[in-house]
Amino acid sequence: MIEAKLKIATCSLAGCFGCHMSLLDLDERLFDLTERMELDRSPLTDIKELGECDVGLIEGGVCNAENVHVLMEFRARCKILVAIGACALNGGIPAMRNQFDLKECLEESYVRGIGLVNAQIPNDPEIPLLLNKVHPLHEVVKIDYFLPGCPPSADTIWTFINELLSGQPIALSYTQIHYD
Amino acid sequence: MSEELGFTLDGRRIPFQDGQTVMAAALAAGVYIPHLCFNPDFAPHGSCRVCLVKVNGRFQASCTTPAASGLTVQSETEELRNIRRGILQMLFVEGNHVCPACEKSGACQLQAVAYYVGMLNPHFSHFYPRRPVDASHAEAVIDFNRCILCELCVRASRDVDGKNIFAVQGRGIQAHLVVNTPSGKLGATHFSIHDKAAQVCPTGAILTKHQGYNVPIGQRLYDRKPINVVGDVAQLPESKGGRRHD
Amino acid sequence: MAEPESHALTEIVRDIVQRHSGMPTRLLQILRDVQDHLTWLSPEAINEVAQELSISPNKVHSVAEFYSFLYTVPRGCYDILFSDNITDRMLGNRELLHYLCDRLGVGIGEMRTDGTVTVGVTSCTGMCDQGPAALVNGYTLTRLNKPRLNRIAELVESRTPLEQWPQEFFEVSSNIRRADILLGRHFADGAALRAVLKRGPEAILEEMIKSGLRGQGGAGFKLAAKWMSCRNAPGEVKYVVCNADEGEPGTFKDRVLMQDFADLVFEGMTLCGRVIGAHHGFVYLRGEYRYLLDSLKATLQRRRDAGLLGTGILGEPTFSFDIDIHLGAGAYVCGEESALIESLEGKHGVPRIRPPFPTTHGYLNKPTVVNNVETFATAAKIAVEGGNWFASRGTAESKGTKLLSLSGDCERPGIYEYPFGVTVRRVLEDCGARDAQGIQMAGPAGHMISAREFDRRICFEDLATGGSFMVFDQSRDILDGIRNFTHFFVHESCGFCTPCRVGTSLMRDLVIKVHTGHGTPYDLEEMRKLGRIMQVACHCGLGQTAPNPVLDSLDQFPEAYQRRLRATTFEPAFDLNAALEDARQLTGRSDAGAYLNEEDLMLGAMP
Ligand SMILES: Cc1cc2nc3c(=O)[nH]c(=O)nc-3n(C[C@H](O)[C@H](O)[C@H](O)COP(=O)(O)O)c2cc1C
Ligand code: SF4
Ligand code: SF4
Ligand code: SF4
Ligand code: FES
Repeated sequence: MIEAKLKIATCSLAGCFGCHMSLLDLDERLFDLTERMELDRSPLTDIKELGECDVGLIEGGVCNAENVHVLMEFRARCKILVAIGACALNGGIPAMRNQFDLKECLEESYVRGIGLVNAQIPNDPEIPLLLNKVHPLHEVVKIDYFLPGCPPSADTIWTFINELLSGQPIALSYTQIHYD
Repeated sequence: MSEELGFTLDGRRIPFQDGQTVMAAALAAGVYIPHLCFNPDFAPHGSCRVCLVKVNGRFQASCTTPAASGLTVQSETEELRNIRRGILQMLFVEGNHVCPACEKSGACQLQAVAYYVGMLNPHFSHFYPRRPVDASHAEAVIDFNRCILCELCVRASRDVDGKNIFAVQGRGIQAHLVVNTPSGKLGATHFSIHDKAAQVCPTGAILTKHQGYNVPIGQRLYDRKPINVVGDVAQLPESKGGRRHD
Repeated sequence: MAEPESHALTEIVRDIVQRHSGMPTRLLQILRDVQDHLTWLSPEAINEVAQELSISPNKVHSVAEFYSFLYTVPRGCYDILFSDNITDRMLGNRELLHYLCDRLGVGIGEMRTDGTVTVGVTSCTGMCDQGPAALVNGYTLTRLNKPRLNRIAELVESRTPLEQWPQEFFEVSSNIRRADILLGRHFADGAALRAVLKRGPEAILEEMIKSGLRGQGGAGFKLAAKWMSCRNAPGEVKYVVCNADEGEPGTFKDRVLMQDFADLVFEGMTLCGRVIGAHHGFVYLRGEYRYLLDSLKATLQRRRDAGLLGTGILGEPTFSFDIDIHLGAGAYVCGEESALIESLEGKHGVPRIRPPFPTTHGYLNKPTVVNNVETFATAAKIAVEGGNWFASRGTAESKGTKLLSLSGDCERPGIYEYPFGVTVRRVLEDCGARDAQGIQMAGPAGHMISAREFDRRICFEDLATGGSFMVFDQSRDILDGIRNFTHFFVHESCGFCTPCRVGTSLMRDLVIKVHTGHGTPYDLEEMRKLGRIMQVACHCGLGQTAPNPVLDSLDQFPEAYQRRLRATTFEPAFDLNAALEDARQLTGRSDAGAYLNEEDLMLGAMP
């Protein structure tokens, strides 16, 4: 088995945190995991700066400039990058906005929305700019593993991490693979 | 009996009758070859290419290849699995398949075949085409985002229902399904959910309204068992989680 | 053109449909004629046609949408389409296209608001030896240059009818540079028909077997076997079809045969009719060769008058055979024999499932022989001169001669007839291609070869070809050609089967990514994998051969790819910064955060 603890980081881009909920669903197995892995930057820790990691788990697709930035950083710092969940794999629900021009989307929210005063499309430099389409991760960086599901079950994640740690080829059972 | 015609499929002898295709004979013998545009109730179409096999070393669609004595057919090989997976991935990026938001998920043949060939991701770059959803009909809805152009609804409506409600128009990547009315709306046709055309769609493109979640996610046709064990959703009666109601 | 009143529309359509005897198999021809009158096929016009033929409007619509020369949106009275083959590009067609658009004040592919003119592009029009070429309302314009375009712009502005345009604009030269037994020897009209009457079909078939003649359209199927199979197929009614679709970019030898040797081609078809027992033949002439239609019809009439066509040919009461010409409408896939038959039947051109083959189930499901123009012409000669005469030329597996269409970087483009087995090098010398780095053999569906292979021989044993031979000299960027070809296949895929419908677009996008300097070795590997799937999984030859130019050039011209690759191992599938442009516009932002900086982008590119 592995001697030094593996470092793992996670993040949610254009997702709903559902995949992270699934991660939490590991329940008591989380203790087991923390024995073997150290959590770096993640919504589950307070670490802001991403360190050099062995594994990066990414939920959500890429919808804005900040997503691109974070994804690039993960790619640079993580030896193995894993796309987790439907949104990371094909854009998922957020990519349903790809049916419309960005202009239509923004105007629907910020200009035509009910009860808006002085309606305008926000232009604060603090707000990341949106890409004209939402994309899955593999269209932006090289991804090493894919875990489908919305979200993938805790069991799927558990099996995956175990096999990855033990250096086995990843073999998920039939019921552990689903797109919904 | 010793005179019986037969060919070999992955080392197994498959008997066939004159006029049968490799696919039909395999199916009759209980051997699954993945397929989407093939439906035993219709003449073969040969468009999805998922049923690709190697016949005496040559790649051919099993649904259109006539069975013949002495053929050696390969189906479950790593090479074919990779090709089939590639074709499935093409179908997924060509349309908009948001399975988590699709009522068909879990009982969808496209999805089930993708599971069967081990598709973990869509691999290619997405086209994200802009396609409409047509909910104008009282009983059914068409979501063109999920259509894979198998033309089963076209064939069913024309050849079985005698209504000729659907057609494919356009060439190449512009090819798309249309409803044969001036408005292009299903609501303006005599389409009924009792039509054959309402039962054959291998995807969630043609759906019956108001029953989307009668069977909860997780308990659906392909949620527990793979398609080679369960069979095609269009061939199974509703009582078994399928779509057939004859 | 003004919208006709609805009763006038009914009249026009009824007239046209009646001229085509109200036959739904003539649908494509009917739609062509209706469009000639109205410039486009409006929903009303489509409804009228459907009503007159008693078929569903959507069926008519499906056909109209399939062919690129049929328009379901308004087009200008002058519809100008620039041929966009790589050979036209070598001759500067893009500059001319933009020049004409500027002069006329119209965008590419758009109709000018006054409805006068539309300017667009189309696949190779078969004028590679005299380009840059274009079509105006379907008629061929050759040797375009700026002075010509100035004049054309004036003619369009003054709405001068095409008949009054200078004839030299429409001149098509034959450019026969080398003649052998097919083009070089005199042929007396009717000689082949006399031979079959005198010696009987069996004896002629014997000659065909002896000759070893193989189909000249590219696939090389033995002619004798095909004719025999059709002759033996059960059924009273049989058909002969001449494939004059010649859609393979860079091929124009059938054009020359139809222009200068039409009698020989018709004689070959009539001979075939006698041998297989057919009384009816069709020429499927590609829409791009519409300029030939009138002269071909005149030739047919002359042959009827001379007793070489029609009933009682050469006075033999049991010998009757006639020929109809069907005009295509811009669909390369209709050159595939079963798609061609579908098109002849008035449908959209999707290749059929084979087997059954046309020799047993062809036009209207009757036994049908489909052969290439050159094949029929050659068969007529063999009937007269004998199989041995023909077989004395060529190689063991490839008897006789082959017409090559030479274009691209050579001094003397045109038609060259060689005995099979000629080396590429010899051809290059003859046509004055001094500086060739590569040849696209047999068109985009064929193979790209580099100088290392110039000693290879043109024959079925080595380099098989339908006749296209496009030369790229050292000054050319091979990838320009490859990119052009991948566009061609996207445009021409019929859309029936998954790997071609989707794969052609994926392949084009990968090639563009590399061509524009955004590719990595990963993308080259992707091209190979995708190409492999297409080659083995597609329903018809179009999709199966579509990846050939990419796969060949990856092997033959690796440096054309390598020098464009990024130093990284992975690059995004799209331009990230460009994908923020809409948002920048909408918010008016131009601060640092409104752009992705190069450092960030490099981070992710190097795992
Ligand atoms: C996509 C495609 C396009 C083709 N285009 C032509 C063509 O333009 N002319 C032709 O003679 N054959 C063409 N062929 C080949 C025909 O299918 C057929 O083999 C040929 O017409 C038979 O005639 P031959 O035996 O005399 O060559 C094409 C095939 C494919 C797959
Ligand atoms: S049709 Fe099938 S594959 Fe497509 S979104 Fe619905 S469940 Fe998923
Ligand atoms: S709607 Fe369904 S049945 Fe009809 S063509 Fe599309 S995928 Fe096939
Ligand atoms: S390969 Fe398939 S999509 Fe392409 S032209 Fe042939 S049938 Fe049509
Ligand atoms: S099932 Fe055979 S091609 Fe679709």
